[in-house]
Amino acid sequence: MSPFVTLLLRDLKLAARGGGSAALALAFFALVATLVPLGVGADLNLLARVAGGVLWVGAVLAALLSLDRLFQGDFEDGSLELIACSPLPLELAALAKILAHWLATGLALTLLSPLLALMFNLPGDATLMLFVSLLVGTPAVSAVGAIGASLTLSLKRGGLILPLIILPLLVPAVIFGAGAVSAVLDGIPGGGALGLLAAFSGASVLLSPFAAAACVRLNLSS
Amino acid sequence: MISSLAAEKLACARGERRLFDGLSFTVKAGQALAVEGANGAGKTSLLRLLAGLLTPFAGRVVVRTAQGDSDDAETRARLVGWLGHLDGLKPQMTVREQLAFYAHLYGVAADDALLEQVNLARQADLPCRYLSAGQKRRLALARLLVSNRPLWLLDEPFAALDSAGQALVAQLMARHCGQGGIVIAATHDPLGLGNESLTL
Repeated sequence: MSPFVTLLLRDLKLAARGGGSAALALAFFALVATLVPLGVGADLNLLARVAGGVLWVGAVLAALLSLDRLFQGDFEDGSLELIACSPLPLELAALAKILAHWLATGLALTLLSPLLALMFNLPGDATLMLFVSLLVGTPAVSAVGAIGASLTLSLKRGGLILPLIILPLLVPAVIFGAGAVSAVLDGIPGGGALGLLAAFSGASVLLSPFAAAACVRLNLSS
Repeated sequence: MISSLAAEKLACARGERRLFDGLSFTVKAGQALAVEGANGAGKTSLLRLLAGLLTPFAGRVVVRTAQGDSDDAETRARLVGWLGHLDGLKPQMTVREQLAFYAHLYGVAADDALLEQVNLARQADLPCRYLSAGQKRRLALARLLVSNRPLWLLDEPFAALDSAGQALVAQLMARHCGQGGIVIAATHDPLGLGNESLTL
Protein backbone atom coordinates (compact mmCIF):
# COMPACT_ATOMS: atom_id res chain seq x y z
CA MET A 1 0.00 0.00 0.00
CA SER A 2 1.39 3.40 -0.94
CA PRO A 3 2.02 6.01 1.78
CA PHE A 4 -0.64 8.23 0.17
CA VAL A 5 -3.34 5.55 0.37
CA THR A 6 -2.15 4.62 3.88
CA LEU A 7 -2.67 8.17 5.15
CA LEU A 8 -5.99 8.49 3.30
CA LEU A 9 -7.34 5.27 4.82
CA ARG A 10 -6.12 6.19 8.29
CA ASP A 11 -7.90 9.55 8.15
CA LEU A 12 -11.10 7.89 6.94
CA LYS A 13 -10.80 5.37 9.77
CA LEU A 14 -10.32 8.16 12.30
CA ALA A 15 -13.27 10.08 10.84
CA ALA A 16 -15.45 7.00 11.20
CA ARG A 17 -14.27 6.15 14.73
CA GLY A 18 -13.42 9.27 16.57
CA GLY A 19 -15.14 12.50 17.42
CA GLY A 20 -18.02 12.01 15.00
CA SER A 21 -17.24 15.28 13.24
CA ALA A 22 -18.65 13.97 9.94
CA ALA A 23 -21.89 12.98 11.66
CA LEU A 24 -21.93 16.39 13.34
CA ALA A 25 -21.61 18.09 9.95
CA LEU A 26 -24.49 16.04 8.55
CA ALA A 27 -26.67 16.82 11.56
CA PHE A 28 -25.86 20.53 11.27
CA PHE A 29 -26.70 20.51 7.56
CA ALA A 30 -30.00 18.72 8.21
CA LEU A 31 -30.89 21.15 11.01
CA VAL A 32 -30.24 24.21 8.84
CA ALA A 33 -32.33 22.72 6.05
CA THR A 34 -35.12 22.02 8.53
CA LEU A 35 -35.07 25.38 10.30
CA VAL A 36 -35.06 27.61 7.22
CA PRO A 37 -38.42 26.38 5.84
CA LEU A 38 -39.87 26.80 9.33
CA GLY A 39 -38.62 30.39 9.43
CA VAL A 40 -39.54 31.34 5.87
CA GLY A 41 -43.04 29.88 6.03
CA ALA A 42 -45.17 27.85 3.67
CA ASP A 43 -44.53 29.86 0.49
CA LEU A 44 -43.42 26.94 -1.68
CA ASN A 45 -42.27 29.12 -4.58
CA LEU A 46 -40.11 31.24 -2.27
CA LEU A 47 -38.64 28.12 -0.65
CA ALA A 48 -37.70 26.68 -4.03
CA ARG A 49 -36.20 30.03 -5.04
CA VAL A 50 -33.90 30.24 -1.97
CA ALA A 51 -33.14 26.51 -1.78
CA GLY A 52 -29.93 26.58 -3.82
CA GLY A 53 -28.37 29.40 -1.80
CA VAL A 54 -29.49 28.13 1.60
CA LEU A 55 -28.36 24.55 0.99
CA TRP A 56 -25.05 25.64 -0.45
CA VAL A 57 -24.33 27.97 2.49
CA GLY A 58 -25.50 25.22 4.88
CA ALA A 59 -23.15 22.70 3.27
CA VAL A 60 -20.19 25.09 3.45
CA LEU A 61 -20.83 25.91 7.12
CA ALA A 62 -21.35 22.24 7.96
CA ALA A 63 -18.06 21.27 6.29
CA LEU A 64 -16.32 24.04 8.27
CA LEU A 65 -17.23 22.35 11.55
CA SER A 66 -14.68 19.60 11.03
CA LEU A 67 -12.07 21.53 9.06
CA ASP A 68 -10.17 22.94 12.03
CA ARG A 69 -9.18 19.37 13.02
CA LEU A 70 -7.78 18.57 9.58
CA PHE A 71 -4.15 18.98 10.72
CA GLN A 72 -4.67 19.89 14.39
CA GLY A 73 -4.90 16.34 15.77
CA ASP A 74 -1.72 15.26 14.01
CA PHE A 75 0.03 18.45 15.11
CA GLU A 76 -0.92 18.03 18.76
CA ASP A 77 0.01 14.34 19.11
CA GLY A 78 3.27 14.52 17.15
CA SER A 79 2.05 12.56 14.10
CA LEU A 80 2.65 15.50 11.81
CA GLU A 81 6.39 15.48 12.58
CA LEU A 82 6.49 11.79 11.69
CA ILE A 83 4.55 12.39 8.48
CA ALA A 84 7.01 15.19 7.65
CA CYS A 85 9.89 12.71 8.06
CA SER A 86 8.18 10.04 5.94
CA PRO A 87 8.81 9.43 2.23
CA LEU A 88 5.44 11.03 1.46
CA PRO A 89 5.96 14.68 0.46
CA LEU A 90 3.94 17.06 2.63
CA GLU A 91 2.08 18.27 -0.46
CA LEU A 92 0.78 14.74 -1.11
CA ALA A 93 0.07 14.29 2.59
CA ALA A 94 -2.06 17.45 2.46
CA LEU A 95 -3.84 16.14 -0.64
CA ALA A 96 -4.55 12.82 1.10
CA LYS A 97 -6.02 14.67 4.07
CA ILE A 98 -8.13 16.91 1.80
CA LEU A 99 -9.44 13.86 -0.04
CA ALA A 100 -10.24 12.07 3.23
CA HIS A 101 -12.06 15.14 4.53
CA TRP A 102 -14.09 15.40 1.33
CA LEU A 103 -15.00 11.70 1.35
CA ALA A 104 -16.03 11.83 5.02
CA THR A 105 -17.83 15.18 4.91
CA GLY A 106 -18.32 16.77 1.47
CA LEU A 107 -19.50 13.61 -0.24
CA ALA A 108 -21.76 12.72 2.68
CA LEU A 109 -23.33 16.22 2.58
CA THR A 110 -23.82 15.87 -1.17
CA LEU A 111 -25.56 12.52 -0.81
CA LEU A 112 -27.89 13.98 1.82
CA SER A 113 -28.79 17.06 -0.25
CA PRO A 114 -31.56 15.53 -2.47
CA LEU A 115 -33.43 14.51 0.68
CA LEU A 116 -33.14 17.99 2.15
CA ALA A 117 -34.16 19.56 -1.17
CA LEU A 118 -37.60 17.98 -0.65
CA MET A 119 -38.19 20.36 2.27
CA PHE A 120 -37.68 23.27 -0.11
CA ASN A 121 -40.06 21.95 -2.77
CA LEU A 122 -37.17 21.97 -5.24
CA PRO A 123 -38.16 20.46 -8.63
CA GLY A 124 -36.41 17.32 -9.81
CA ASP A 125 -34.14 18.93 -12.40
CA ALA A 126 -33.04 21.63 -9.93
CA THR A 127 -32.44 18.97 -7.27
CA LEU A 128 -30.24 17.11 -9.71
CA MET A 129 -28.32 20.32 -10.42
CA LEU A 130 -27.93 20.94 -6.66
CA PHE A 131 -26.56 17.42 -6.23
CA VAL A 132 -24.13 17.78 -9.15
CA SER A 133 -23.02 21.26 -8.07
CA LEU A 134 -22.29 20.02 -4.53
CA LEU A 135 -20.49 17.00 -5.93
CA VAL A 136 -18.32 19.26 -8.06
CA GLY A 137 -17.96 22.13 -5.59
CA THR A 138 -17.47 20.56 -2.15
CA PRO A 139 -13.91 19.42 -2.97
CA ALA A 140 -13.10 23.14 -3.16
CA VAL A 141 -14.47 23.60 0.36
CA SER A 142 -12.14 20.89 1.71
CA ALA A 143 -9.20 22.18 -0.35
CA VAL A 144 -9.54 25.87 0.55
CA GLY A 145 -10.33 24.83 4.11
CA ALA A 146 -7.04 22.95 4.27
CA ILE A 147 -5.17 26.20 3.66
CA GLY A 148 -6.98 27.87 6.55
CA ALA A 149 -6.58 24.84 8.80
CA SER A 150 -2.85 24.66 8.19
CA LEU A 151 -2.43 28.42 8.57
CA THR A 152 -4.10 28.47 12.00
CA LEU A 153 -2.42 25.26 13.18
CA SER A 154 -0.45 26.66 16.08
CA LEU A 155 -3.00 29.26 17.13
CA LYS A 156 -4.78 28.48 20.38
CA ARG A 157 -8.22 29.47 19.12
CA GLY A 158 -7.56 28.82 15.44
CA GLY A 159 -10.99 27.27 14.99
CA LEU A 160 -12.59 30.66 15.57
CA ILE A 161 -10.38 32.45 13.05
CA LEU A 162 -10.67 29.69 10.45
CA PRO A 163 -14.14 30.69 9.10
CA LEU A 164 -13.00 34.31 8.77
CA ILE A 165 -10.13 33.17 6.55
CA ILE A 166 -11.97 30.54 4.55
CA LEU A 167 -15.45 31.95 3.96
CA PRO A 168 -14.36 34.92 1.79
CA LEU A 169 -12.30 32.53 -0.34
CA LEU A 170 -15.34 30.30 -0.85
CA VAL A 171 -17.59 33.07 -2.18
CA PRO A 172 -17.06 31.95 -5.83
CA ALA A 173 -18.08 28.37 -4.98
CA VAL A 174 -21.31 29.55 -3.32
CA ILE A 175 -22.12 31.98 -6.15
CA PHE A 176 -21.52 29.45 -8.93
CA GLY A 177 -23.14 26.55 -7.05
CA ALA A 178 -26.28 28.41 -6.05
CA GLY A 179 -26.29 30.16 -9.43
CA ALA A 180 -26.37 26.84 -11.27
CA VAL A 181 -29.46 25.77 -9.27
CA SER A 182 -31.17 29.14 -9.85
CA ALA A 183 -30.44 28.93 -13.56
CA VAL A 184 -32.24 25.58 -13.80
CA LEU A 185 -35.20 27.02 -11.86
CA ASP A 186 -35.35 29.87 -14.41
CA GLY A 187 -35.30 27.40 -17.27
CA ILE A 188 -31.78 28.39 -18.32
CA PRO A 189 -29.07 25.72 -18.72
CA GLY A 190 -26.90 25.83 -15.62
CA GLY A 191 -23.88 24.44 -17.44
CA GLY A 192 -22.03 27.77 -17.49
CA ALA A 193 -22.13 28.25 -13.72
CA LEU A 194 -21.35 24.58 -13.21
CA GLY A 195 -18.34 24.86 -15.50
CA LEU A 196 -17.02 27.85 -13.56
CA LEU A 197 -17.60 25.95 -10.32
CA ALA A 198 -15.69 22.96 -11.70
CA ALA A 199 -12.81 25.24 -12.75
CA PHE A 200 -12.70 26.85 -9.29
CA SER A 201 -12.86 23.47 -7.60
CA GLY A 202 -10.18 21.96 -9.83
CA ALA A 203 -7.84 24.91 -9.29
CA SER A 204 -8.40 24.74 -5.52
CA VAL A 205 -7.65 21.02 -5.34
CA LEU A 206 -4.55 21.41 -7.50
CA LEU A 207 -3.07 24.43 -5.73
CA SER A 208 -4.14 24.15 -2.10
CA PRO A 209 -1.90 21.16 -1.19
CA PHE A 210 1.15 23.32 -1.97
CA ALA A 211 -0.13 26.21 0.16
CA ALA A 212 -1.20 23.89 2.98
CA ALA A 213 2.15 22.06 2.96
CA ALA A 214 4.02 25.38 3.13
CA CYS A 215 1.89 26.46 6.12
CA VAL A 216 2.45 23.10 7.84
CA ARG A 217 6.23 23.46 7.40
CA LEU A 218 6.02 26.96 8.86
CA ASN A 219 4.11 25.72 11.88
CA LEU A 220 6.37 22.73 12.43
CA SER A 221 9.36 25.03 12.51
CA SER A 222 7.78 27.53 14.89
CA MET B 1 23.57 4.03 4.51
CA ILE B 2 24.82 7.11 6.29
CA SER B 3 28.54 7.47 6.98
CA SER B 4 28.43 10.60 9.15
CA LEU B 5 26.46 13.61 10.25
CA ALA B 6 28.23 16.92 10.79
CA ALA B 7 26.91 20.13 12.31
CA GLU B 8 28.88 23.15 11.11
CA LYS B 9 28.70 26.36 13.15
CA LEU B 10 25.04 25.84 13.92
CA ALA B 11 23.08 28.61 15.56
CA CYS B 12 19.50 28.41 16.73
CA ALA B 13 17.23 31.27 17.74
CA ARG B 14 13.77 30.89 19.23
CA GLY B 15 12.02 34.23 19.05
CA GLU B 16 14.41 36.87 20.38
CA ARG B 17 16.50 34.33 22.28
CA ARG B 18 19.65 32.74 20.85
CA LEU B 19 19.77 29.19 22.20
CA PHE B 20 23.21 28.26 20.91
CA ASP B 21 25.74 29.61 18.49
CA GLY B 22 28.71 28.26 16.55
CA LEU B 23 27.93 24.66 17.44
CA SER B 24 30.03 22.13 15.50
CA PHE B 25 30.32 18.39 15.91
CA THR B 26 30.55 15.22 13.85
CA VAL B 27 28.98 11.86 14.57
CA LYS B 28 30.18 8.92 12.52
CA ALA B 29 28.30 5.75 11.63
CA GLY B 30 28.19 3.39 14.58
CA GLN B 31 28.52 6.21 17.11
CA ALA B 32 26.13 7.68 19.64
CA LEU B 33 26.01 11.24 20.94
CA ALA B 34 24.26 12.29 24.13
CA VAL B 35 23.03 15.88 24.10
CA GLU B 36 22.90 17.19 27.63
CA GLY B 37 21.97 20.47 29.18
CA ALA B 38 19.58 22.25 31.49
CA ASN B 39 15.90 22.59 30.71
CA GLY B 40 15.44 25.13 27.93
CA ALA B 41 19.07 24.90 26.82
CA GLY B 42 17.99 23.92 23.31
CA LYS B 43 18.33 20.12 23.27
CA THR B 44 15.00 19.56 21.54
CA SER B 45 15.61 22.45 19.16
CA LEU B 46 18.96 20.91 18.20
CA LEU B 47 17.30 17.58 17.45
CA ARG B 48 14.61 19.34 15.38
CA LEU B 49 17.34 21.17 13.49
CA LEU B 50 19.13 17.92 12.78
CA ALA B 51 15.85 16.32 11.65
CA GLY B 52 15.21 19.17 9.23
CA LEU B 53 12.05 20.23 11.06
CA LEU B 54 13.65 23.55 12.07
CA THR B 55 15.70 25.90 9.94
CA PRO B 56 19.00 26.95 11.54
CA PHE B 57 19.58 30.64 12.23
CA ALA B 58 23.10 30.11 10.91
CA GLY B 59 25.32 27.20 9.90
CA ARG B 60 24.36 23.91 8.29
CA VAL B 61 23.96 20.21 8.87
CA VAL B 62 25.73 17.92 6.42
CA VAL B 63 24.94 14.25 5.99
CA ARG B 64 27.49 12.07 4.25
CA THR B 65 26.20 9.00 2.48
CA ALA B 66 27.44 6.75 -0.30
CA GLN B 67 25.59 9.06 -2.72
CA GLY B 68 27.61 12.08 -1.53
CA ASP B 69 27.23 15.00 0.87
CA SER B 70 23.93 16.76 1.36
CA ASP B 71 22.80 19.68 3.50
CA ASP B 72 19.24 19.53 2.22
CA ALA B 73 16.75 19.34 5.09
CA GLU B 74 14.18 17.25 3.21
CA THR B 75 16.80 14.71 2.13
CA ARG B 76 17.97 14.47 5.74
CA ALA B 77 14.41 14.02 7.02
CA ARG B 78 14.13 10.87 4.90
CA LEU B 79 17.03 9.35 6.89
CA VAL B 80 15.66 10.21 10.30
CA GLY B 81 14.04 7.89 12.78
CA TRP B 82 12.32 10.38 15.09
CA LEU B 83 11.31 9.82 18.70
CA GLY B 84 10.10 13.13 20.05
CA HIS B 85 8.37 14.22 23.25
CA LEU B 86 5.06 13.27 21.64
CA ASP B 87 4.51 9.66 20.68
CA GLY B 88 2.42 10.30 17.54
CA LEU B 89 -0.30 7.83 18.54
CA LYS B 90 -4.04 8.02 17.95
CA PRO B 91 -6.25 6.96 20.86
CA GLN B 92 -8.85 5.46 18.49
CA MET B 93 -6.39 3.12 16.74
CA THR B 94 -5.21 -0.21 18.10
CA VAL B 95 -1.55 -0.89 18.79
CA ARG B 96 -1.31 -3.18 15.73
CA GLU B 97 -3.07 -0.67 13.45
CA GLN B 98 -0.83 2.12 14.65
CA LEU B 99 2.33 0.17 13.93
CA ALA B 100 1.00 -0.96 10.52
CA PHE B 101 0.12 2.65 9.65
CA TYR B 102 3.67 3.87 10.27
CA ALA B 103 5.16 0.84 8.52
CA HIS B 104 3.15 1.51 5.37
CA LEU B 105 3.73 5.26 5.63
CA TYR B 106 7.47 4.62 5.69
CA GLY B 107 7.15 2.11 2.85
CA VAL B 108 8.13 -1.00 4.79
CA ALA B 109 6.25 -4.15 5.75
CA ALA B 110 4.48 -4.22 9.12
CA ASP B 111 6.05 -6.68 11.51
CA ASP B 112 4.13 -7.89 14.57
CA ALA B 113 7.35 -9.41 15.94
CA LEU B 114 8.38 -5.86 16.84
CA LEU B 115 5.50 -5.72 19.31
CA GLU B 116 6.96 -8.73 21.08
CA GLN B 117 10.33 -7.06 21.11
CA VAL B 118 8.92 -4.06 22.98
CA ASN B 119 6.71 -6.32 25.14
CA LEU B 120 3.39 -5.13 23.71
CA ALA B 121 2.24 -8.31 21.94
CA ARG B 122 -0.57 -8.87 24.46
CA GLN B 123 -1.88 -5.34 23.86
CA ALA B 124 -1.80 -5.63 20.03
CA ASP B 125 -5.57 -5.28 19.62
CA LEU B 126 -6.03 -2.72 22.37
CA PRO B 127 -6.88 0.87 21.36
CA CYS B 128 -4.01 3.20 22.23
CA ARG B 129 -6.20 5.19 24.63
CA TYR B 130 -5.96 2.30 27.09
CA LEU B 131 -2.15 2.24 27.12
CA SER B 132 -0.12 3.66 29.99
CA ALA B 133 2.46 6.36 29.29
CA GLY B 134 5.24 3.76 29.40
CA GLN B 135 3.40 1.44 27.01
CA LYS B 136 2.86 4.34 24.61
CA ARG B 137 6.58 4.99 24.73
CA ARG B 138 7.26 1.32 23.97
CA LEU B 139 4.92 1.51 20.97
CA ALA B 140 6.77 4.63 19.83
CA LEU B 141 9.97 2.58 20.07
CA ALA B 142 8.41 -0.14 17.89
CA ARG B 143 7.46 2.58 15.42
CA LEU B 144 11.06 3.83 15.48
CA LEU B 145 12.30 0.32 14.74
CA VAL B 146 9.82 -0.26 11.92
CA SER B 147 10.85 2.99 10.21
CA ASN B 148 14.21 1.34 9.53
CA ARG B 149 16.07 4.65 9.35
CA PRO B 150 19.84 4.97 9.90
CA LEU B 151 19.81 8.25 11.87
CA TRP B 152 17.99 8.03 15.19
CA LEU B 153 17.12 11.32 16.86
CA LEU B 154 15.69 10.61 20.27
CA ASP B 155 14.28 13.20 22.65
CA GLU B 156 14.32 11.94 26.23
CA PRO B 157 14.16 8.28 25.13
CA PHE B 158 14.02 6.99 28.72
CA ALA B 159 11.06 9.17 29.73
CA ALA B 160 8.05 7.33 31.21
CA LEU B 161 9.79 3.94 30.98
CA ASP B 162 10.36 1.52 33.84
CA SER B 163 13.82 0.03 34.43
CA ALA B 164 13.15 -2.85 32.00
CA GLY B 165 12.02 -0.34 29.38
CA GLN B 166 15.12 1.78 29.93
CA ALA B 167 17.31 -1.28 29.54
CA LEU B 168 15.45 -2.12 26.33
CA VAL B 169 16.11 1.39 24.94
CA ALA B 170 19.81 1.08 25.80
CA GLN B 171 19.93 -2.34 24.13
CA LEU B 172 18.16 -1.09 20.99
CA MET B 173 20.49 1.92 20.75
CA ALA B 174 23.55 -0.32 21.14
CA ARG B 175 22.25 -2.67 18.47
CA HIS B 176 21.49 0.23 16.10
CA CYS B 177 25.02 1.59 16.52
CA GLY B 178 26.40 -1.91 16.08
CA GLN B 179 24.61 -2.12 12.74
CA GLY B 180 26.27 1.11 11.57
CA GLY B 181 23.50 3.52 12.52
CA ILE B 182 23.83 6.84 14.32
CA VAL B 183 22.08 7.71 17.58
CA ILE B 184 21.77 11.26 18.86
CA ALA B 185 19.76 11.49 22.05
CA ALA B 186 18.78 14.45 24.20
CA THR B 187 18.81 13.08 27.70
CA HIS B 188 19.44 13.76 31.35
CA ASP B 189 20.43 10.13 31.88
CA PRO B 190 23.63 8.43 30.72
CA LEU B 191 23.17 6.43 27.50
CA GLY B 192 25.58 3.77 28.70
CA LEU B 193 27.07 3.26 25.25
CA GLY B 194 30.54 4.61 25.85
CA ASN B 195 29.36 7.50 23.78
CA GLU B 196 30.49 11.09 23.30
CA SER B 197 28.42 13.79 24.95
CA LEU B 198 27.65 17.37 24.07
CA THR B 199 26.54 19.86 26.68
CA LEU B 200 24.48 22.86 25.61
